[in-house]
Amino acid sequence: MYGRKVKLRFFFVLLVLLTLVLSVFVILKSLEENVVYFQSPTEIKALSEIEKKKIRIGGMVKIKSISMKTKEIKFIITDFENEINVIYSGVVPNLFTEGKGVVAEGYLKDKNFFLATKILAKHDENYMPPEVKAALEEK
Amino acid sequence: MSSLIGLYSLFFGFSFSFLIVLNSVKNFRDTKNFDNRIIFLTFLQFFFVIVSFLGLIASFISSDFSNETVFNHSHTTKPLFYKISGTWGNHEGSLLLWLFVLTFFLLLFLLRSKNQPKRYRILTLLFQQIIIIGFFIFIIKTSNPFNYIFPVPSEGLGLNPILQDPALAIHPPILYLGYVGSSIIFSSTLSATALNYISKEWAIHIKQWVLVSWIFLTLGILLGSIWAYYELGWGGFWFWDPVENVSLMPWLALTTLFHCILVLEKRLILTSWVIILSISTFTLSMCGTFLVRSGILNSVHTFANDPERGLFILIFLFCLIFLSLFIFFFFHKIKRNDSDSFFWLSKESSILINNWFMMYFLSVVLIGTVYPIFLDVLSSKKISVGPPFYNKLIIPFLIPFLLAMAIGPKLKWIKSNLKNKFNLILLLVISLLISILITNNLDDGFLINTILITSSFYLFFITLRDLISRKFKNLSQNIAHFGFSLLILSILFNNIFSTEIITNLKIGESFQSKNFKINFEKVERKDKQNFKSIIGKFNIENSNGTIDQLNPELRIYNQPNIVTSEADIKTNIFTDKFITMNLVQNQEYFNIRYQIKPLMIWIWISVLLISFGGLISLFKKKYEN
Repeated sequence: MYGRKVKLRFFFVLLVLLTLVLSVFVILKSLEENVVYFQSPTEIKALSEIEKKKIRIGGMVKIKSISMKTKEIKFIITDFENEINVIYSGVVPNLFTEGKGVVAEGYLKDKNFFLATKILAKHDENYMPPEVKAALEEK
Repeated sequence: MSSLIGLYSLFFGFSFSFLIVLNSVKNFRDTKNFDNRIIFLTFLQFFFVIVSFLGLIASFISSDFSNETVFNHSHTTKPLFYKISGTWGNHEGSLLLWLFVLTFFLLLFLLRSKNQPKRYRILTLLFQQIIIIGFFIFIIKTSNPFNYIFPVPSEGLGLNPILQDPALAIHPPILYLGYVGSSIIFSSTLSATALNYISKEWAIHIKQWVLVSWIFLTLGILLGSIWAYYELGWGGFWFWDPVENVSLMPWLALTTLFHCILVLEKRLILTSWVIILSISTFTLSMCGTFLVRSGILNSVHTFANDPERGLFILIFLFCLIFLSLFIFFFFHKIKRNDSDSFFWLSKESSILINNWFMMYFLSVVLIGTVYPIFLDVLSSKKISVGPPFYNKLIIPFLIPFLLAMAIGPKLKWIKSNLKNKFNLILLLVISLLISILITNNLDDGFLINTILITSSFYLFFITLRDLISRKFKNLSQNIAHFGFSLLILSILFNNIFSTEIITNLKIGESFQSKNFKINFEKVERKDKQNFKSIIGKFNIENSNGTIDQLNPELRIYNQPNIVTSEADIKTNIFTDKFITMNLVQNQEYFNIRYQIKPLMIWIWISVLLISFGGLISLFKKKYEN
C-alpha cells in the first residue's frame, strides 16, 4: 500500500514538472512568433533586408502630408531625420493629427513604403508613446 | 479651505495608525479579550480618511484651483457629475480612494469577525495596518492630492474627455473595491498562517471576503469593458491590452482562490495552495497599481505619469512579498492529512485540475504583459504582444477547461462515480450536432471552432438542465457556471459572425456592400456645456428592406482641446449595430466604421449572471451561519 502511494506521488510530481516545462516552452515559443517589434523610420533606413514580419513604426505625422480617398489614407511618418510613406485603410483614431505622435502597425513594402493595418489611438493629447519619445530622443 | 481640511485629516488619519498599532500590540500580549477601543480607533482613522476624501471632492466641486490636483484635472465648465468623478479619475485621488477602501475593509472586518479568536483578529489588523501605513506614506510623500499652488490659476486644465463618461465614473470605485478587498484576504491569510489557524471555520469566514472582492472585481472589469466598447470606437470589448490584463490577473487568481477555499472548507486540504493564492491575488492587485501608475506600461490606456512613484510601490511590494514568504515558509505547518485520500474522480480533483488551467491562463497573461517590459530593460528592444499570442495559447485550453467545468460539479467529494452517464453523453452528442450545424458554412477554423462551440454548448446545456430541474441545490454555482458558458458562447459567435466595414465618405456619399447600403446624409452642429458636437446622420438600408437611422457623434472639447467620437449603437437581443465616425484634420472625408456584432448584449448579461452567482453564494452563506 505504501509503495503504491509513493509511486503515485512520484508520477504526480513528474506530471507537474512535465506540464510546467511544456507550458513554459509553448509560451516562449509563441511569444517569439507573435511579438511585434517597434522601429523608427531611421532604423528602417538602416535595415539590410526587408522582413515579412509585422512591425510597428512610430514617429510624427509630417505636416501637410495627409491625403485621403474613399478606400485609403496616405501620410508620412517622420522622426525629423528620415521619413516613410504610409498607406492605410482602416479606422483612424481621433488624436491622429498632423504634427502629433503616431504609431502604425503593419508590413513593410520596401524601405520607403509601409502598408499599415492599424493605427493606434492614444488617450491623452500630451501623451507620446514611449517608443516615439525614445526614437525622437535618440538622434 | 476644504483642501486644508482634507490635508489635516490625512495627517490625523496617519497618526491614528500608530495609536492602533500600539494598542493592538499591547492587547495582543496582555489581555485575554479583544479590546474594543481598537475598533473605535479604527473607526476614527476611517472617519478621517473619509473627511480627507470628502475634502478633495469638495475642492473639485468648488473648482478650487489653488489645489494642484484640481487644477490639473478639472475645469469650471465641466458638468457637476464629472467634477465629482474627476476626484478619482487621476492618480492622487485614486490613491486616496485606495486608502479609503483599505480602512473601510479593515473596519468592516473588525465588526464582522466578532466570533473569531482574539489573536487572529489583532494580527490581521496589524498586517492590514502595515499596508495602510505604506499607502499613507506613499500618498503623503509622492502623490499628495492637496498640494497648494501659488499664484492661484484662474482656470483648470480639465479632465481628459474620454473619461467623462458615466461608466468610467463608477468604474474605478467598483474595481478598487475588488482590488483592495483582496488586501483583507491577504492580511487574514498571513495572520491565520502565523497563528496556525487555517481551519474549516476560517475557510467559512474568509470565503465571504473572497466573494465580496470577487463580485466587485468582476463588475469593475465589466464596466471597464463596456466603456471600452462604446467609447474607444473600436467596437471590441477586450484588447489584451496590458492595463486590461492587470485587472484580469487578480481576477483569475481570486477565482482560483475561491474554488480552493471551497475545497478547504469541506476537506481541509490544499492549505498551501490557499495561502499562496491569497498572497498572489493581493500582490497582483498591487502590481496592477504599480504597472498602471508607474508609466512603465506601454499601453493605449496609460496616462502621463511619474517614475518615482513606481519605484516606491515596487519597494513596498517587495517588502510585502518578502514578509509573506517569510511567514509562509517559517510558520506554515502542513497538516498531516493533506495527502490523504485524493482520488482522481472526485469534486476536489476536478477543481484542482481546473485550478491548474486557471494558473496556466494566469501565467500566459502575466508573461505576455511583463515580457515586453523585461525585454525593454534588458536589450532596449521595443516590442508589443498582441491578441494572436493570447488567442493561440488560451483558446485551445479552454476546451478541457469547459468540459471539466461541466462534469466537475456532478461529482461528489472524496470519491465518486459518474451517474447518468448516458444522459451526459447524449448531451455531448446534441451539443456536437448543434455546433456542426452552426459552423457548417465556415471557411476557416472549422475544426477548432466546432470543438470550442461544442464544449461551451455542453456546459451550457448541463448547467441549464440543472437550473431547471435541481430545485435550488447549489444555485449559486449553477448560475455562475451557466453565465460562464453563455459568455464563451457569445464571445465565440461574436467573433465568428461579426461584419465590419471601414470606409472614408464625404457628406452625401453612400457606400454599397453586399448586405446593406450606408448613406451619409448630413451633419448637424450643436454647442453643449463644455464641447461642440458634430452629429452625423446615417441611413442604413438593409437587404431585407428595413432602414436603420444611426447618428454617431464627434465631440470637440474646449479644455483640454480633444476630439472624441461617440459611437451610436443600436442594440437588440440578437445583434448590435455599431457606427463611429472620425474626422481627419483638414480633410473633407469622414472616416466611417460600421459593424454588425451578434450577441453583444449577451456578453454583458453573462458577466452579470456570473457575478450574480457570487452574490447568491454570499447571501446563502450568511443565512446559513
